[in-house]
Amino acid sequence: MKPAKFDYARAGDVADAIRLLGSTDGFNKPLGGGMSLGPMMNLRLAQPDLVVEVRGLDALKGVGDEGDRLVVGAGVTHAEIEDGKIPDTTNGMMRFVAGQIAYRAVRNRGTVGGSIAHADPAADWPTALRALGAEVAIDGPDGARIVPISEFQLAAFTVALESADIVTALRIPKLSSGARWGYYKICRKPGEFADSIGAVVHDPDRGYTSVVLGANDGAPLDVPALAEAVRAGNDVGIEDAKAALAAQGAAFDDYGTQIHAVALSRAIEGAFAS
Amino acid sequence: MSDTGIGASVLRKEDRRFLAGRGNYVADIAAANEVALAFVRSPVAHGRIRSIVKPEGAENRVFTADDLDGVQPMRAPSKLPGYKPSDFPALATTKVRFVGETVAACVGATRAEAEDLAQAVEVDYEELDPAVDMLAAREPGAPLVHDSWGDNIALSTRVDGDMDPVKARAAHSVTREFRMSRQAMVPMEGRAVLAEWNARMDQLIVHTATQVPHLIRAGLAMFLGLEQRQVRVIAPDVGGGFGLKTYVQPEELVACWYAMKFGRPARWISDRREHLIADANCREHHYIVTAHADADGRILGLEGEVTVDAGAYSIYPFTNCLEAAMAGGNLPGPYAIEAYGVKTWTVVTNKPPLVPYRGVARPGVAFAMEMLVDAVARAVGREPHEVRMINMVPPSAMPYTNIAKKTFDSGDHPGAVARAAEMIDIEAVRERQARGEPDGRLIGLGFGSYVEQAAHGTSVFASWGVQMVPGYEQAGAKLTPDGGLELRVGVQSHGQGMETTLAQVASEVLGIDPDRVSVIHGDTGLTPYSTGTYASRSIVMAGGAVSRACKVLIERMKTIGAHLLQCEPNEIRVADGRVMGPGGDLPLSEIGRVWYINPEELPADVDTDGVEAVVGYRPEPDHGTFSYSTHAAVVAVDPDTGAVEVLDYIVVEDCGTMVNPMVVAGQVYGGAAQGIGTALYEESPFDELGQPLASTFADYHLPGAAEVPGFRLAHMVTPSPHTEHGIKGMGEGSTIPTPAVIGNAVNDALRRYGAEVNETPISPRRVLAAIAAAQGEAA
Repeated sequence: MKPAKFDYARAGDVADAIRLLGSTDGFNKPLGGGMSLGPMMNLRLAQPDLVVEVRGLDALKGVGDEGDRLVVGAGVTHAEIEDGKIPDTTNGMMRFVAGQIAYRAVRNRGTVGGSIAHADPAADWPTALRALGAEVAIDGPDGARIVPISEFQLAAFTVALESADIVTALRIPKLSSGARWGYYKICRKPGEFADSIGAVVHDPDRGYTSVVLGANDGAPLDVPALAEAVRAGNDVGIEDAKAALAAQGAAFDDYGTQIHAVALSRAIEGAFAS
Repeated sequence: MSDTGIGASVLRKEDRRFLAGRGNYVADIAAANEVALAFVRSPVAHGRIRSIVKPEGAENRVFTADDLDGVQPMRAPSKLPGYKPSDFPALATTKVRFVGETVAACVGATRAEAEDLAQAVEVDYEELDPAVDMLAAREPGAPLVHDSWGDNIALSTRVDGDMDPVKARAAHSVTREFRMSRQAMVPMEGRAVLAEWNARMDQLIVHTATQVPHLIRAGLAMFLGLEQRQVRVIAPDVGGGFGLKTYVQPEELVACWYAMKFGRPARWISDRREHLIADANCREHHYIVTAHADADGRILGLEGEVTVDAGAYSIYPFTNCLEAAMAGGNLPGPYAIEAYGVKTWTVVTNKPPLVPYRGVARPGVAFAMEMLVDAVARAVGREPHEVRMINMVPPSAMPYTNIAKKTFDSGDHPGAVARAAEMIDIEAVRERQARGEPDGRLIGLGFGSYVEQAAHGTSVFASWGVQMVPGYEQAGAKLTPDGGLELRVGVQSHGQGMETTLAQVASEVLGIDPDRVSVIHGDTGLTPYSTGTYASRSIVMAGGAVSRACKVLIERMKTIGAHLLQCEPNEIRVADGRVMGPGGDLPLSEIGRVWYINPEELPADVDTDGVEAVVGYRPEPDHGTFSYSTHAAVVAVDPDTGAVEVLDYIVVEDCGTMVNPMVVAGQVYGGAAQGIGTALYEESPFDELGQPLASTFADYHLPGAAEVPGFRLAHMVTPSPHTEHGIKGMGEGSTIPTPAVIGNAVNDALRRYGAEVNETPISPRRVLAAIAAAQGEAA
């Protein structure tokens, strides 16, 4: 379980990283915390020609306030969010989600940008940030751009990044003080990859409601019928959640159907628990 | 009891280095000019090798079966009639029989370079239909793992019970089917070997992570065509074994062959992926069991069919038949049953070999039997612990030879159940169940009991037909010139704390401070022969041998002491690390000084064998010790997600005299944690093509701190009437009932649905499926 040979470069800044990633025609990968890329390389599931380390770049560690959005640098770690080292603009949701990611040792190194770019269907940030309606800030050879997260992750492990692009930040809408959120993760034991994630954000002051199913083997899935139910103030039971998934053609095996419905139902229940 | 002898909770001496990160494992040992090995492993479960193409220019760094001159396939003989031996090649010859089987060995300066090479080797396979499920593989017409066998049955056995009389008296005949899934054994340290040829010694020196250094030496010598004197096996610190490290490994043979052939040390350190794919697995059993019980729940007769999925090859030396033999012999458990019949099948499949894991067959046995007892209790409408108590062998009947001809030496089995029932507080649990939980989860209560035969002796192993039968266990005890003590034992301590507990035995006999005792183990060059550490035997056997050796030393010291103290030898006693006479006493160092340094002071009648003795020991009778225990657990089951949480866990156990109660507690906790792994998490599943589906810890789930409850432990102490100091073996025990305890608790929680789970691990998927099946039946 040793990686295949690869070249390594440490980027001095974001522009340098982009230049290095585009410097050869090979398969080049940026390395953030390395919590997914490292094991995948050791298992030889990923055999990049060049690894460009972007960990610790100042420009990726910043946190900015743009009024209605918090801009979180892609290199901010889960632990920094868990520990409250970035401002809480989501009524505690980001902090709650961060604290449930894998184990502390992983949270110490793993980054929010790395998680989004890796797009493991069982990971937390793709689902949580989709429920929050975040945007992904990307920089690349063709300049910087901003992509809504719903258009960023296309499928499991598949995102709208070109080979020399890197995620620089997440732009996360601030929740109103009266907004409610719920997040319910089902996994075999704490710290393991999720079997299902239900995430809900209900912010009536902003006219925003989102219900998302994660860990469904593909990209996080919006469940609009349940968002509508939340807006209407209806209780959502397990059978309601199953019906909503079935109505939008989301098909799983018996176990998947059950736990996805439970995760969604409990996320919604949790959002409105006192 | 002294504060350092038997019964004292002495802090483990070895933990000084372990806790400081100063353990010394195979991977920590470097040899000059060494190479690293990586293996090309079969990607198919069953196939014929059409061709192997070595990368151009690397022909002298890639080796296949054709290159391994002088290496014999591993064959584990058995004297059991009808047993079919298999040849397990170090590198596959014509056929591959499981995913992960070693096909070619690649050599590099580093492991990464060796892996690069392995990736470049091209092997062409003709894929064959695999035999994956043991019940299907048992049937005629199944794909044949070993073509010449004609079927896939390595051994079948049958014991017919006289069932008609008990059936006639039975009010209930309760039948259940159970499956214990295949899993891995997961020591912290994986397998590891570093082999080098030492020309000066004319010896192959093999550092290897093993529980049984002397058996590995015998196997390596046989399969490599060496004399045993030409092989020295050293097991340095070994980070857990649990049974995984009891067999000769293909990788070990290849490393040894390379070291002999090219005169360069060869290293292979297993990584976790090849561990989970290619190492031997454990546990996979299938049961159909029937209890014939009277209206009170008294089990009159028991019938069983046991099938063991042994994987592709029989491992050396213990064979693949031990599991089924143990299962057939242990199914009646601690119960007094009048009639017993059992059929067993050991079936080969296209999966890795099966080896006995901590508990050896008995966790599967208990999963079947203890869950059957609860099914009987439900059938007769009684509390499961009451049904256990009325069926158990009472203390008044001890010693008791049961229906499977096992002679329980002593103990109060029903007393352990009563104590566990009291500690778990059945009334309070039943009240809580009736009240219901605010979060909608369902509470369940489960019990499980077992009797643990340990330190099985010569007669028992001989009856199992294996070649490596343990006999008299030897220990060496040597007084050093400065009054310290060196103990030499052929067993291996890889987590059991024997560097402490064997020193405590010596301390008990000689009164010496354990800190002045070195326990030398794990090296065939330094220790007396032993079959090693397995079967919860080491503290019974090596502990007994150490005790006897120290007693011999006392006799040897008496003449010297009497001479120095001007008294008669029979007036001398040894205590507190001193030689004491009527008129004075001397430290042991004085005896050492005179024997080694100033022999001119020795008396004329001194025992010329000196102050070093190698003494053999075997309990009589040698049928083994019989520890026993009852566990009880309370679980909460989420009927929506199928998740199970263990809320409370009680262990009441009796392992006779405890040498170190803290070490006993550690063994109990560790075993029960592994039992929870079997019960709820651990599984090595295969798809219909025989592909392993859990090849990393992302898919292979182990219990961790959050999943293991704080165990509550109580001891009962019934010393063995047959062993030195009354010690009984106990190292494996608490893995045995745990899957059944959790299973019974889950089924108790699911009673309202009429649902039962009958397969490990009791995963959320299986819990939900059981509920759905019961609701389907009800609808």
